[in-house]
Amino acid sequence: MDLFEYQARDLFESYGVPVLPGIIADTPEEVRAAAERLGGTVVVKAQVKTGGRGKAGGVKVAHSPEEAFAAAQQILGLDIKGHVVRRVMVAAGARIAREFYFSVLLDRANRTFLSLASVEGGMEIEQLAEEKPEALARVEVDPLTGIDAAKAAAIVTAGGFPEELLEKVAPVIERLWWVFRDEDATLVEVNPLVLTETGEIIALDGKITLDDNASFRHENHSALAEAGDVDPLEAKAKASHLNYVKLDGEVGIIGNGAGLVMSTLDVVSYAGERHGGVKPANFLDIGGGASAQVMAAGLDVILGDPQVKSVFVNVFGGITACDEVAKGIVGALGTLGDSATKPLVVRLDGNNVDEGRRILAEAAHPLVTVVDTMDAAADKAAELANA
Amino acid sequence: MSIFLDENSVIIVQGLTGSEGTKHATRMLASGATVVGGTNPRKAGQTVEIGGRQLPIFATVQEAMAATGANVSVIFVPPAFAKDAVDEAVDAEIPLAIVITEGIPVHDSAEFWARAKAKGGRTRIIGPNCPGIISPSRSNAGIIPATITGPGPIGLVSKSGTLTYQMMFELRDVGISTAVGIGGDPIIGTTHIDALAAFQEDPETKAIVMIGEIGGDAEERAAEFIKANVTKPVVAYVAGFTAPEGKTMGHAGAIVSGSSGTAQAKKEALEAAGVRVGKTPSETAALMREVVQGL
Repeated sequence: MDLFEYQARDLFESYGVPVLPGIIADTPEEVRAAAERLGGTVVVKAQVKTGGRGKAGGVKVAHSPEEAFAAAQQILGLDIKGHVVRRVMVAAGARIAREFYFSVLLDRANRTFLSLASVEGGMEIEQLAEEKPEALARVEVDPLTGIDAAKAAAIVTAGGFPEELLEKVAPVIERLWWVFRDEDATLVEVNPLVLTETGEIIALDGKITLDDNASFRHENHSALAEAGDVDPLEAKAKASHLNYVKLDGEVGIIGNGAGLVMSTLDVVSYAGERHGGVKPANFLDIGGGASAQVMAAGLDVILGDPQVKSVFVNVFGGITACDEVAKGIVGALGTLGDSATKPLVVRLDGNNVDEGRRILAEAAHPLVTVVDTMDAAADKAAELANA
Repeated sequence: MSIFLDENSVIIVQGLTGSEGTKHATRMLASGATVVGGTNPRKAGQTVEIGGRQLPIFATVQEAMAATGANVSVIFVPPAFAKDAVDEAVDAEIPLAIVITEGIPVHDSAEFWARAKAKGGRTRIIGPNCPGIISPSRSNAGIIPATITGPGPIGLVSKSGTLTYQMMFELRDVGISTAVGIGGDPIIGTTHIDALAAFQEDPETKAIVMIGEIGGDAEERAAEFIKANVTKPVVAYVAGFTAPEGKTMGHAGAIVSGSSGTAQAKKEALEAAGVRVGKTPSETAALMREVVQGL
């Protein structure tokens, strides 16, 4: 889960990482009031979970509450790479002397943690890595020992920070490690980490990604997740503990296992090329060992998507029993009754497949077509979505 | 022959008394695997009936190994306790630890991996969040159904469980030497490269199917490895060609960010290494069948 900038700011503050005052606001009036409270020059910053806000006009400096009001009018409602701005943060202005970069993240390739530091802050990290790779220090962080004072000093030195800043920057880096470690983050990034004209080090903008697998040991994380503007269907799926991602197409997809479902999306996309360009409407993994109830809950979510024109149920029964899946389909259609109007293409293979196919044949539901192979079933589902 | 797992594998289950552990130990036994016991510190000294047999419960992996000669542990303990379970297996220096558990915090995986590495890598870790490993008709450690296919010349390595099953099913007429599900988490023990290296050395494996998916650069690195080290024919499949950027697709590792980690980039890297890449599981199986016929 990615956090909004203001959530990252608040977490930083709770760990003693120096940040500037910031107030969140959802309307121009609230922004004006926030600017009055902060006084002086403020920055109105769009709160969206994507980069490139500045370029898109989502960050504006305001020298008075009225200017802040006007800036908010422009920013709120703005569409930045498909993210509509519903909330801004009004942050106190800073007099910046220099901009630096620091992050600590999961290093998948080396199965460890990695910190990145540079005195060339302010630009996107991808750009920095491309244009000035020599200016970006990469220091491995051992998951067992983390970043202590000595390690923080080593990172600061490797990043090429001026020596006189060592004592100011190293403790901030240590605290950012605490955020990473204690919040189960996979990314903590500060860009820019600034030196102000008055000599203070401040985390001016932050990005935090939290590990969803660790939410069971963080009571605060569910509140952070709720603040996001989640798709209503995704929220409904989550309530049923289903792994669902809304996409922009017409063929609803249900399968078991992340890899098989991803593969199903591909196969349906290819089939769609032959059928008017229809595409998958979603990713939905009902998981290994899925029961009839889980199947029914999944169908309920998919059929609730008005964009869906046909549904492809693709199950390979490894642990999952195909007869359970078949019962789930029949049961869900029974519950939905006349409100179920979309055709279902079902492909079952593996564990108890004969019984599963028998149950579907016996129910002989007019909306259900059983197809033997994944490819042929994808083709049928695409054809029906294009009808 | 086979890789990592064979008829001499003696298996214990960490978390044997839990519902998943019991269920899958029963299935492993039914498929002919040698499962000799399990661990649960609170139930040490007791026995548990699995598939009509009484299996002993030990307090620790070390005790279980000493008493039974176990050389493989399959770990089913819940996410909150999985790190401790892996640490225990590593401390006992069991040669193979297979972590089935799904949903382990990645910090925990990073820690147990760092610890295993510091210990000198005496324990091969497979997973977490994986279906395990099967060498048909020899042994079966994990949750891969033994009924899909029998022994044969193809080595299979995959990030995804159900795609492993799907591919075994597609190739059921040819058969498998060993199928390894390495798991879809961001941090995993055994990698594609480890499995490829082992298959290259295994005389029984004549050709290799590698299944990858979006996210990370494991497939790209595997491609480099194949180019330099693998002389056996390799056929690959990558899932997620149509996955949008920034969306996690089920596996915590399966996310495309920026231009890295796309299926297209992986396909190109693999093809540059001489690997034939199928667009779909069935096409991949067809490519493999061609390869096998030419052997």
